[in-house]
Amino acid sequence: MNCTVLFSGGKDSVFATYLAEQNKYKVNCLITLLSKNLSSYMFHTPSISKVKKQAEIMNKPLILKETLGEKEKELEDLKKAILKAKQEYNIQGVITGSVESAYQASRVQRICNDLDLECFNPLWQKDQFELLYDLIENNFEIIITGVFAYPLDKKWLGRKINEEFIEDMKILHEKYKINPAGEGGEYETFVLNCPLFTRKLQIKSKQISGKKNSFSMEVEII
Amino acid sequence: MILIVQIPKERLHYFEFVKPIEDVLKKNKTEFISIHYKSVDKQVVSNADKIILSGTSLRDNFFLQELDCFSWLKKIDKPVLGICAGMHILGLMFNGKLRKKTEIGLVDVFFEREFLGLKNTVECYELHNFYVESKEFEVFAKSEKCLQVVKHKQKPFYGVLFHPEVRNKKLLSSFTEI
Repeated sequence: MNCTVLFSGGKDSVFATYLAEQNKYKVNCLITLLSKNLSSYMFHTPSISKVKKQAEIMNKPLILKETLGEKEKELEDLKKAILKAKQEYNIQGVITGSVESAYQASRVQRICNDLDLECFNPLWQKDQFELLYDLIENNFEIIITGVFAYPLDKKWLGRKINEEFIEDMKILHEKYKINPAGEGGEYETFVLNCPLFTRKLQIKSKQISGKKNSFSMEVEII
Repeated sequence: MILIVQIPKERLHYFEFVKPIEDVLKKNKTEFISIHYKSVDKQVVSNADKIILSGTSLRDNFFLQELDCFSWLKKIDKPVLGICAGMHILGLMFNGKLRKKTEIGLVDVFFEREFLGLKNTVECYELHNFYVESKEFEVFAKSEKCLQVVKHKQKPFYGVLFHPEVRNKKLLSSFTEI
């Protein structure tokens, strides 16, 4: 089946793309919503312009759609982008990296239902530690590009998701109920390398902004 | 041992509609086997103590063309839980009719009677374009739009239209402990 992926460049949407291809689904194009609202309910924002680079090294066309990110208006913009994928790339299915958010998943389901498209959520309800271990096992190189919850702070920016990271998350999960894979929006990620990429991405420079327990890292990628 | 019958036509839907059920059973250390409905035979059915029929996606109605694959349901008397599409199948095997009604997302379900540990008003995750109505089942719960939870009048066959593997995992645990 020809599909598109709602793609943010973070670990979940890249891993969902990987699972789809492993299961012989053809990902014809990627869709990224560029939200002007930094606290959008639907879409991740940090480092999102870098998805162009990721799409390029995956040899996949990218549909970039700007949205103001107002609550229901952004869904109309998403619908337009999916319709474009249907018309121009002949897709029959939409893949997302949704894990926990019923808000996000149900809205994408509705759009797909309206457009007569299949909707796939291969990470749905997945145990978050299992997800982190799967990423390591499948050679995903992922960095933290944003932190948004106590006690996460500036020191976590740029950290890689590895065994040590998971061990630290176990402690924070126990003590502060932090979702280990960041599904409550506690942190954001960016994928530097994975089996879908034809080469590894390098960080050329980075710029950090924020305060207390809310920091973002804009990276320039080469 | 529990038999999970996989309903999705698409392989990628296994992760969304079957694996979350398997994960609950694994966590509870409940033994199970999980196979697609096309591979279910007499032997696996007779080896199972209980059976769960999974759901599938909104657009996947392929199983409706292959209802013959479920005729074994008419011959057994062990507990069966049908989830969404699985509930449709249970109803259709017992003279039910499909009706069109769409619910997507979190919805309040009102329980008239306790059902596998759920009672009063419970928030449940919905994903369906149809529901099934059969006179051979009694209704335990409804949403504002349609019936949600049924049980066969004679047999231990349970049907839920919502997806308990999303927000109501304890229903699955209660079923395995019947």
